[in-house]
Amino acid sequence: MSEKRFETVIGLEVHVELRTKSKIFCGCAVEFGAAPNTNTCPICLGHPGVLPVLNRKAVEYAMKAAMALNCEVATHCKFDRKNYFYPDLPKAYQISQYDRPIGTNGWIDIEVNGVTKRIGITRLHLEEDAGKLTHVDGGFASLVDFNRVGTPLIEIVSEPDIRSPEEARIYLEKLKAIMQYCEVSDVKMEEGSLRCDANISLRPFGQKEFGTKIELKNMNSFRGVQRGLEYEEMRQAEVLASGGRIVQETRRWDEAQGKTVPMRGKEEAHDYRYFPDPDLVDLYIDDEWKARVRASIPELPDARKARYMNEYGLPAYDAEVITSSKKLADLFEQSLAHTNDAKAVSNWIMGDLLGYLNANNLELDEVNVTGQGLGEMIGLIEKGTISGKIAKTVFKEMLATGKSPQAIVEEKGLVQISDESLIRSVVEKVIEANPQSVADYKAGKEKALGFLVGQVMKETRGKANPALVNQLIIEKLKS
Amino acid sequence: MSKMEKGDLTLSLFDLRLPQLHDQLSRKELTVSDLVDHAFQRIGQVDGKVRAFLALDEERARKTAREMDEQLSRGGERGLLFGLPAGIKDNIVTERLRTTCASRFLENYDPIYDATVVKKLRSAQSVTVGKLNMDEFAMGGSNENSGFHPTHNPWNLERVPGGSSGGSAAAVAAREVYFALGSDTGGSIRQPAAYCGVVGLKPTYGLVSRFGLVAFASSLDQIGPITKNVEDAAFVLQAIAGHDPYDSTSANVDIPDYTGALTGDVRGLRIAVPKEYIGGGVDPKVKEAVVNALGVLEKLGAVWEEVSLPHTEYAVAAYYLIASSEASSNLARFDGVRYGVRADNPDNLLDLYVKSRSAGFGPEVKRRIMLGTYALSSGYYDAYYLKAQKVRTLIKQDFDRVFERFDVVIGPTTPTVAFRIGEQVGDPLTMYLNDILTIPVNLAGIPAISVPCGFVDGLPVGLQIIGKALDEMTVLRVAYAYEQNTDHHKQRPQL
Repeated sequence: MSEKRFETVIGLEVHVELRTKSKIFCGCAVEFGAAPNTNTCPICLGHPGVLPVLNRKAVEYAMKAAMALNCEVATHCKFDRKNYFYPDLPKAYQISQYDRPIGTNGWIDIEVNGVTKRIGITRLHLEEDAGKLTHVDGGFASLVDFNRVGTPLIEIVSEPDIRSPEEARIYLEKLKAIMQYCEVSDVKMEEGSLRCDANISLRPFGQKEFGTKIELKNMNSFRGVQRGLEYEEMRQAEVLASGGRIVQETRRWDEAQGKTVPMRGKEEAHDYRYFPDPDLVDLYIDDEWKARVRASIPELPDARKARYMNEYGLPAYDAEVITSSKKLADLFEQSLAHTNDAKAVSNWIMGDLLGYLNANNLELDEVNVTGQGLGEMIGLIEKGTISGKIAKTVFKEMLATGKSPQAIVEEKGLVQISDESLIRSVVEKVIEANPQSVADYKAGKEKALGFLVGQVMKETRGKANPALVNQLIIEKLKS
Repeated sequence: MSKMEKGDLTLSLFDLRLPQLHDQLSRKELTVSDLVDHAFQRIGQVDGKVRAFLALDEERARKTAREMDEQLSRGGERGLLFGLPAGIKDNIVTERLRTTCASRFLENYDPIYDATVVKKLRSAQSVTVGKLNMDEFAMGGSNENSGFHPTHNPWNLERVPGGSSGGSAAAVAAREVYFALGSDTGGSIRQPAAYCGVVGLKPTYGLVSRFGLVAFASSLDQIGPITKNVEDAAFVLQAIAGHDPYDSTSANVDIPDYTGALTGDVRGLRIAVPKEYIGGGVDPKVKEAVVNALGVLEKLGAVWEEVSLPHTEYAVAAYYLIASSEASSNLARFDGVRYGVRADNPDNLLDLYVKSRSAGFGPEVKRRIMLGTYALSSGYYDAYYLKAQKVRTLIKQDFDRVFERFDVVIGPTTPTVAFRIGEQVGDPLTMYLNDILTIPVNLAGIPAISVPCGFVDGLPVGLQIIGKALDEMTVLRVAYAYEQNTDHHKQRPQL
């Protein structure tokens, strides 16, 4: 592959649904997966005469998110109408924030190949979500579900500081983690509670001015964002390398075809005719309110990572992986109430737990694991009640059934054999049956020892204390 | 009793003031069913000529009346407006009672909820008899912009009743209802009240909830009463004013006892008379009626002085930019997707919008949507919408300065008396200038009342009394003192 000639410039616009109990301007429930049009009322349906009343909780969640993203929180902000016609928008305007957003000038740090990089956040504003259209009968009809209309959303606009599709994915993962830590959103891309559009342009290295940008939409996973941007990066590089020009447009990522395509029916530039919504009063956020919200922000991923490294001596990599999700980090800390071996907990989480989740395509909250269970299981290993190998079986059983490790060990008779005389008799039997291996060992082939240990474990159905087995075999061979 | 006598009885009942009616109900000399019967009888007699109503709710009204009569026989607490037949402007939504805003677009629209004021009227126990005609979506000053039919001025059926609450003012003037609710965005309560010789009060912006008032211009719209006299206006205002958690722009203030304003005492009152309100554009005979009214107040111990509200001349331009801008957005929800007119067989989505809206809206509504859309467009926003907002601030400051030294501002409600139906239809700009004396009040968000102050060529003239924000007490006090010393409000049109 030829040397990279162009620098990639990416900025992301991320929408995050806030998980308030009720909608931003009416009392309807915010709920995913309810029967269509059941969480609606005259207000969110945009009937004649209705008025919006701002949900204070939505403001607090937005403030919390803005603070967690190191934004300045406005003292005076207002709401504006963004006017456009579409069947999923009952009032034909979206109540949003135009020139006085709730948060500005923030940043988050991301870790790219072990190097910390700061990505600027231009603004964070509060607005209402639209409904959801479903096209049926091969485009013959469209159905509209207004349950989602009026769900509070924050839009988080990054600076064009991102330099690769991988950085974009890492930025999103970090953003997701921060939102999770703040408990302002479920941030599930598959349920649409986190949505991402991207702007991407290329420029020759060293050039100051940005190239012509493409807006990229329809990416439904973090992986999709990265792949879509990779495709677009390649496509634009090819166009530019062959002396062509990029035309500013909006393109759609087609996951199935693995490429970006221009959005159908290229629309003329929208004029949203923003103006202050006269149905709402200006929003004033005093220092006291800010302080109260700031105090409610829990320890965020970066702080936790640093603490795990300092307090528990975790390697940076472990600390990064574990703090990437609040639930994982909480599990880690809960485990430590039952064992002191932080590294062991980290190993089990990063190895067996994440391996199991990935292999079965599960989320953490879909399996029955608790910090107490994991901690106690590690305690059983420490005490020698079970071997590390048996623990793997126990752990899988815990994940599947939610039973305590103690109960599983007792139920299945998995208690480790540490009875020396019992193990010695098995060792003697194995050594007698495998003269060749004994000879190999004595000839200096260390590998033969492993085979003999394995045979003893097999005879004891894995329950023998492996350290003891090792010790007794060596004793026997040297005697 | 002959039909003729029954008709007279009906009319004399209509001339009773609310406390008198309540006394008669208490003494069982009268039932609510009588009042409701008389209202529908009167409507039957005259509404063919006046055409104030768009919809009647007779069955429900009679049922409510019977229930109230049962309550009357049981005794106990009664609502402030107990048993009074009322009409509601058709831009105030009423659950399961057709609400069209006099627009073809909503010809078949039955709301699924009640406006806050409708709930308040229900708890005050008035009886809604029907919905009243208006200019489509409250855009207009003559009721000629109704999508269904014009309303006629009861004083002269060839004349307009004013607008946009023309149906409300005409129904009260014609004694079809005891009171009506209107809405006022640029004069839409006061101007028709003046033209029809009744009392119309536009409260301070935010005093009465807008929840359920189909928005024309959200920052200007305000609901208020149209009544035969000032006392009734105080009662109705008492019933409908107050904070509403469903309206973010609703004022969270204590509501005074408005009947406490009905003292007749204006001694020492300081009145400002803006020279801009009695200048060249005002019919000299209208001006004369206003000067006479000032004389009455002077005799009662008030003093008046000419002042200047220097930005008045820019009010109409600012108003039409702000109101139309807001309207262009407020009326966008009428898109044919969920309710109202929906075009058949559209080619595509855009075509559905264009055809539905083209079919549903009348010419004045279209004109204002276009004007407002233009004013908000990128590149024009600063020059139009933003500048208009600045003018609005200047107009508000004009009033603030005057109110530092004066208690009320008084002038005519309109430059002329009611004009002929059809006379100004082809000339929207002249039509817009009819509002020049009422619009500044909406821009400033302050209260004003129009009370009858005489006749020119047999047509009523309105006196406008403007007060400080939330000072409805003073406005009502002055209006009542004036009214008690004149007979204009006792005149009624011959139909």
